Amino acid sequence: MIARRLRKLARWMAPLVLLGAALPLGAQAHLMLHGGGATFPFPLYAKWSYEYARLTGERFNYQSIGSGAGIEQMRHHIFDFGASEAPLDAAALRRSGLIQFPMVIGGVVPVVNLPGIASNELKLTGPLLADIFLGRIITWRDPRIMALNPHLRLPPLEISVVTRADGSGSTYLITRYLGEVSADWRLKAGNGPSVRWPVGMASKGNEGVSSYVKQTTGSIGYVEFTYARQNGLATVLLQNRAGGFPLPGRASFLAAAAKAERQGPDGSLKGLTDQPGEGVWPIVGASFILIACDQPDARRAEALLSFFDWCFHGGKRFVDDLDYVPIPEPIVHQIEAAWAAEIRSGGRPVWPVAQPAARSGR
Amino acid sequence: MRHPVGGAAEIAAHRAPPQRPAEPERPQGRSRPGNLLDVLFRTTTLCFAGLVLLLILAIGTVLFAEAHLAFSHFGLKFLWTKEWDPVRESFGALPSIFGTLVSSFLAILIAVPVSMGIAIFLTEMAPPWLQKPVGLAVEMLAAVPSIIYGMWGLFSFAPIMARHVEPWLKHHLGFLPLFQGPPMGIGMMTAAIILAVMIIPFITSITRDVFALVPAMAKESAYGLGATTWEVVRNVVIPYTRTGIVGAIFLGLGRALGETMAVTFVIGNAHDISLSLLSPSNTISSTLANEFTEATSHLYVSSLIALGLILFLITTVILSVAKLLLWRIERQVVGSVR
Repeated sequence: MIARRLRKLARWMAPLVLLGAALPLGAQAHLMLHGGGATFPFPLYAKWSYEYARLTGERFNYQSIGSGAGIEQMRHHIFDFGASEAPLDAAALRRSGLIQFPMVIGGVVPVVNLPGIASNELKLTGPLLADIFLGRIITWRDPRIMALNPHLRLPPLEISVVTRADGSGSTYLITRYLGEVSADWRLKAGNGPSVRWPVGMASKGNEGVSSYVKQTTGSIGYVEFTYARQNGLATVLLQNRAGGFPLPGRASFLAAAAKAERQGPDGSLKGLTDQPGEGVWPIVGASFILIACDQPDARRAEALLSFFDWCFHGGKRFVDDLDYVPIPEPIVHQIEAAWAAEIRSGGRPVWPVAQPAARSGR
Repeated sequence: MRHPVGGAAEIAAHRAPPQRPAEPERPQGRSRPGNLLDVLFRTTTLCFAGLVLLLILAIGTVLFAEAHLAFSHFGLKFLWTKEWDPVRESFGALPSIFGTLVSSFLAILIAVPVSMGIAIFLTEMAPPWLQKPVGLAVEMLAAVPSIIYGMWGLFSFAPIMARHVEPWLKHHLGFLPLFQGPPMGIGMMTAAIILAVMIIPFITSITRDVFALVPAMAKESAYGLGATTWEVVRNVVIPYTRTGIVGAIFLGLGRALGETMAVTFVIGNAHDISLSLLSPSNTISSTLANEFTEATSHLYVSSLIALGLILFLITTVILSVAKLLLWRIERQVVGSVR
């Protein structure tokens, strides 16, 4: 009886097994590449892979599982590409046989919840911001804040500091900036995707910080610019190195991105935070892509680099829609030169690809 | 034996400490040797049961192995160090352990009286037409995913705490060290209340089920002697069901200790130890939820896993204590009957 049932089952399964065997053959036509990591650029990467699939049929699956997990997967060469908020250092890259390059630039803004004070009214300097986050300035009516904002009626409230609880690119950028403007910050907290905050409460994700700030009168936090705009949070004007108070937004982020002129030996962009120049927003930084220098499959490697090349050129316009800033053209040239020099498959260089799939858009 | 609406108890039973199954009467006569299906069936179920032990063992082993780096680097000092500094890679578990234990303890403190009240009302006092809907509502509460409690806590409950409850507490009880700091609506107290709301359905439905087991004869006799409802509950129902109640409380405690998302939303996630219930704190599971994704260095990851190991051990110890307690109560009951 059992044997008969098994035979019956086998009859049912046979077409499925055949189908399974046939699938890989069918998939040869269009590749499916996997990547994952940083959460901050996820909306953009998802948009890019959707548009690119419509254009070329090649599919890129991006999972926002966090930089740590993305880097770990790349160390074991499980993903085709990884994404990280904070750049890896040159030694770690060499050890894992990876190359790193910036993919997109974004800005971080301090946000406040103060009754009677609208967006972009409150002015702060870098050292003041550092002292607030260090817990040295504890009330909004501190003489130093009042001196800088003589026209504002600051409420007599305690300052509640709100930070990110999870490791994030936003934290990496703001702590890097605070370290640049305050020696005490470097000493007490330092720079990283998560740090030991001297004061305050922490919440998960940009959404979490936004909602804590919205709910707590007298609070100050920091979020990626898009979230501040979407949630109608009051942003703060920060003094840049030239002494001006530019409005946070695409224009001042672009001005900062234009200052990024060279790529470090680790592929990170030097000098995006606290740059000199009129109209430069001081807290700006890049998100990074990691790929293996030694590619096992030349076809996949070509598809991968063609995709990123399309993102830099044809995919540029989607960057604007989502409040990020594209990588400036001179840097893209450097990045692609690094691809040509360092990425090999079977000993042969992969880039430039004979026919990039979609060089100029459509 | 089971109360008609016992869904939550069934769900809860999955989380319960593995209970010694009552020895079933095996129908020996019917199992013929050589009956392939019977042997297959027994082997399969045995394998599934063995899988549980294997899983626990595997989880323990992996946790030990992965946490080894952290413990060899920091030593046992890891357990009572306050600092948690990812930049300098100096990690200590104390704030997270403190937050886990305190938030769960407070939650139990709130949840137990409320749950007992609901269970007593449902079994002893509610008119039949009310029993069903209220019982069902309790079970539906148990089925709400914890992320929902977290969002509700953050967006609806925390503002109420910040605007009304905490300022009132500060005004009237502000002299106590328990109510210091600005009323932000985010912190230990909010987390404990949310946790309590989450475990109330579990404790309630089990308590109600065990209350329903009390023989009607015993209760009727007490009523016949002129006892009030309170006296019946106090002197008949509760003594009869002690074991079940303790079991329910520890089940709730087990859930509170490991609860992650809801707590992460409202506890404030500060690696800090404070006496004040209004100040932000942290638990082991919320630290893990927050920091695992972006932990890049080996020592950082290992320290997080070491936290996981500590939670694993805390839960094991608490469940063991619960078992021990139940066993002692059982023995006392048996002794008193003799």
